[in-house]
This record gives sequence, C-alpha cells and structure tokens, in this order.
Amino acid sequence: MTSKRFVIVGAGPAGMRAAEQLVAAGERPVVIDEAPLHGGQIYRQPPPQFNRDRSDLYGFEAKKASAVLDRFEALRPQIDYRPHTLVWQIESNALQLLHAGRSETLPFDALILATGATDRVLPFPGWTLPGVYTLGAAQIALKFQACLIGPRVVFAGTGPLLYLVAWQYASHGGQVAAVLDNAPFGTKLMATPKMLARPSVAAKGAYFLARLRMAGVSIHNGVSLIRAEGKARVESLTWRASGVTHTTPCDAIGSGHGLRSETQLADLAGCAFDYNALEQSWLPTRDATGRSSVRGVYLAGDGAAVLGADAAELSGARAALAALEDFVKPTSMGLASQLERESGAHLRFREGMETAFALPKRWAAEAPDDLIVCRCEEITAGELRACVKTTGTREMNRLKALTRIGMGRCQGRMCAPAASRLLADAAGCELKDVGRLRGQAPVKPLPIHLMRDVVDSGFVPLEERDD
Amino acid sequence: MGFVLDGKACSAQQGDTVLTAILTQATRLRESEFGGAPRAGFCLMGACQDCWVQTEDGQRLRACSTLIDDGMRLRTKVGT
Repeated sequence: MTSKRFVIVGAGPAGMRAAEQLVAAGERPVVIDEAPLHGGQIYRQPPPQFNRDRSDLYGFEAKKASAVLDRFEALRPQIDYRPHTLVWQIESNALQLLHAGRSETLPFDALILATGATDRVLPFPGWTLPGVYTLGAAQIALKFQACLIGPRVVFAGTGPLLYLVAWQYASHGGQVAAVLDNAPFGTKLMATPKMLARPSVAAKGAYFLARLRMAGVSIHNGVSLIRAEGKARVESLTWRASGVTHTTPCDAIGSGHGLRSETQLADLAGCAFDYNALEQSWLPTRDATGRSSVRGVYLAGDGAAVLGADAAELSGARAALAALEDFVKPTSMGLASQLERESGAHLRFREGMETAFALPKRWAAEAPDDLIVCRCEEITAGELRACVKTTGTREMNRLKALTRIGMGRCQGRMCAPAASRLLADAAGCELKDVGRLRGQAPVKPLPIHLMRDVVDSGFVPLEERDD
Repeated sequence: MGFVLDGKACSAQQGDTVLTAILTQATRLRESEFGGAPRAGFCLMGACQDCWVQTEDGQRLRACSTLIDDGMRLRTKVGT
C-alpha cells in the first residue's frame, strides 16, 4: 500500500467496482456513502430485519447484483468503509463529511466521484400532492421497504423505468391503473437499431411491455399529463392522448422522465463542465479513462453520465485504474482498454434510449402559469416567465438570484430540468445557452449547530451563507 | 415497535423508515411552509428534501432515510 489516500464517494455499482480495483492493487481506499448499506439505488438493499430474497428484489439482475454486492462485502476488512456519511463540501483537496451529527475533514490525493443519479422530473399540476412520487421512489418503496406507494397506481412520464416499475408493481400485488408514456410509439421503432447494441436489455424491455399487456394494463403513448387532483392525497390523474382527454382514478402516481446525473460534488471539486446534447444537460467533462479536468479527480457511473448499472461498473473500474496510474504506477493497459471498449455498446444503447423515450418537446411551452416548479418554495412557472419578461434574464444563476428557483432545500435537484427548460422557452433560446445552476455548499441540509461551527471557523464563504 | 404520531400511540415494523411508519398511519408527513398544503415525500432517496419531519422536541429528521426507533415521538403539524 502506498501513502496516497484514495477516496471513493458512492457505494453503488461504480463505487463498489472502483474499490475492488484499488484493493486488488494493494491500496486501502476510503469509501463514503450516504446510505446505510452498499448497493446504490439500483441494488438498494433492504434493512437486515426484512430478510428478503435477492431474486425477488432484483429480478433479472439478481445474479449480477449478488455478485457485486457480495464481492464488496468481502472487501470490507480491506477498505475504510463509511456508510451513513454525507459529503457536503469539497475544497483544497479535502472533503467535508457529516456523520452522526458531526463534521470531519478528510484530505485526499485521488478522489473518485460515483455519485449516481436521481429521477429527471418534468412536473405537472398536482405533483406536490401526497401520493405522487418519482419512479425511482416507487421502486425504492418496493425494494427497500416492501411497500407500494399506493394500491392503485398510475405510472406516467417516459423512460425505461416506466415499464420496469409498472411490471414490478403488477407482479407484487399492485393494481396498475395505467402506464402513460409521453413519448409517441413511433420513436421506439426508430430507436430499435441502436437498442440492439445491447440485445438482452432490449429483450427485457420488450418482456415487461408484453407482460403488462397480458395482464390487461392500459398502456398509452404520446400522452400529455394535464393535472393530478385530490384533497388529502391524489385521487385522479387527467391526461390527453390523440386529442381526447381522460381522467384515471388512482391512489398514487409514479412519474419521471429518465435520470439526471448528480453533479454537485464534481462542481465543488472544480471540474469543468460541457453541454451533453444526448442528456440535454451540462455534465462534468471526462475522458474515456474517467479523468476529469482536475488532476486527482475522477468521474464514474451515472453521476458522470447516465449509462446504467453495467456501464457504471466498467467506468468505476476504469477510473480506479486511472487513479492508480497517476498516483502509484502504470496499470495493465490490456484491462483498461478492454473496459473502455465494452463501454462503447452502452453509449450506443443510451442513444437509442433517448430516441425511444424522447422528452416531450412542448413541455415548457405548454406548462400552465400556476404550475409549481419548485417543490421547496412553491415558485411557479408564471413567476419564472414574468421574471424573464421583466428583467430579460437568460441565465440560470441569474434566474435563481431573482426568483430563488433552485435555492431551496433540494438545491435544484428536483426543479432544475424543468426551470432551465422554462427559461429557455421564455427567453427564446436553446437549453444549452441558459447554462446550469452552480453547485453550492452545503449540498444538502446540515444541522444548524454544525453550520454555526463552520461559519465561525470561516469555512463557508460569505456569499454562500444564504441557506 | 411503538411510536407516537401527533399524540397518538402507533406501531411500526422494525426496519421501517420514519416515512413508511408515518404513511402507514396517515396521508401526510408535514405541511409546506409556503402554501400550507400537505406533503408526503417525493424521491425517497435523500435528494428532494421534501420529507423532513419534526419530533415533539423540535428535532428534524429526514423521514425517507431515518429508521423508526422504539418510542419516537413525531408530529406532522408544527405546533400540535
């Protein structure tokens, strides 16, 4: 083992594989994860008291999930594993951690960010009602808590999770009231050639769709979501397809439009960002090896670009090899180039997914003025449009300063995809041109006593003390 | 496991999150500080920060990522 400190943030597929590679080279990495157990969101493990079977938890992916979870478990004596720990700031080659109410500074030589992704949400009126969750949340309820988000659920939005989660609910006693896909059916046919870059994954998608149809679930394409309604909780969803308006009674809604990378820590680490036309968002710049623009900072998994769990394993391992090469010794180039080659198919497949599950093009133009865009502080589409009109702003951070969009507790995680599209639409420019919200520390809420301590120590710059 | 929700004795399973424990008994976790409308969480993965609930003594917990503990005293309404 060298005297260099390797730190991995995130214990999902990318982080777990990065740890494996570093241990294989004789290092003892620190692995920091916000969750109580390793696995990330995709292989999220239930609390030990639940004692559930992995084939039930992970379906087709059970064998793969078991392999990577068990290998990480076996590594535990050889790594410094810190679950339940939040990284809330990165500065001067050190992480600021929060664990059990206490802050700690952890310096690093090499930092591998494997921060994962959350649902990309394009909201609809009523999305703040109890019973409305993301698709990811609907799946976590099932995997982590053995619960459904409601007995009678509508799944709405687009993306592969839409069909996967709907099938998981249908096969676990849930009543799937409808699957409402914003993307028209024709896009799926157009995408088929690229999706065949990973035939087994494409086949699983077709399987879920076929099983849902066999179970009599009503599936609609080219849908616009109009409004969720209810008093104490959601009671119905009104939607339109082919010019006809429908209202579907339900107790819960799972909604999402693909995933968005969790990039705030890369931002705090000083990484440069590029606009990624495929993901329609600004992502930290990285090369094929996982190196970012900052020496010693590496990017892997869905937090760098949403390519899914299998690609995350490859990029995690590859980033670890790059870190070893930079800080210890040149690595086996054979393995490195093999990992890079295998990643190619994932990118082609992802291009197909983005075609198959295209985001609704007219979402921003059609969003009503009274739509709540920011769940944290209830800022509406109308307020954002009025701000653009009166001030002429065309930039996200300016819009944030003027309206507080992205300034609430979630720091723009939930509202940024929607707010940036509304800004681009109102300002009459391209999505790329409105820029991106800059990451600010702390990236998640901290206890106030801790904030007082760090402010007293002068750690948080004055202009960042707003929240 | 026993816990108290808005003054009422309730029970939950070991391994339930605070979110699961509350929503098994009630339709909401909290009310929005802005419009006052009920909220019940959204992302369940610690990203959206929409599920912060209060204990009777004013401590704040993120309900989706905190496991219920025996004897917890929780409230969905500030001031009840």
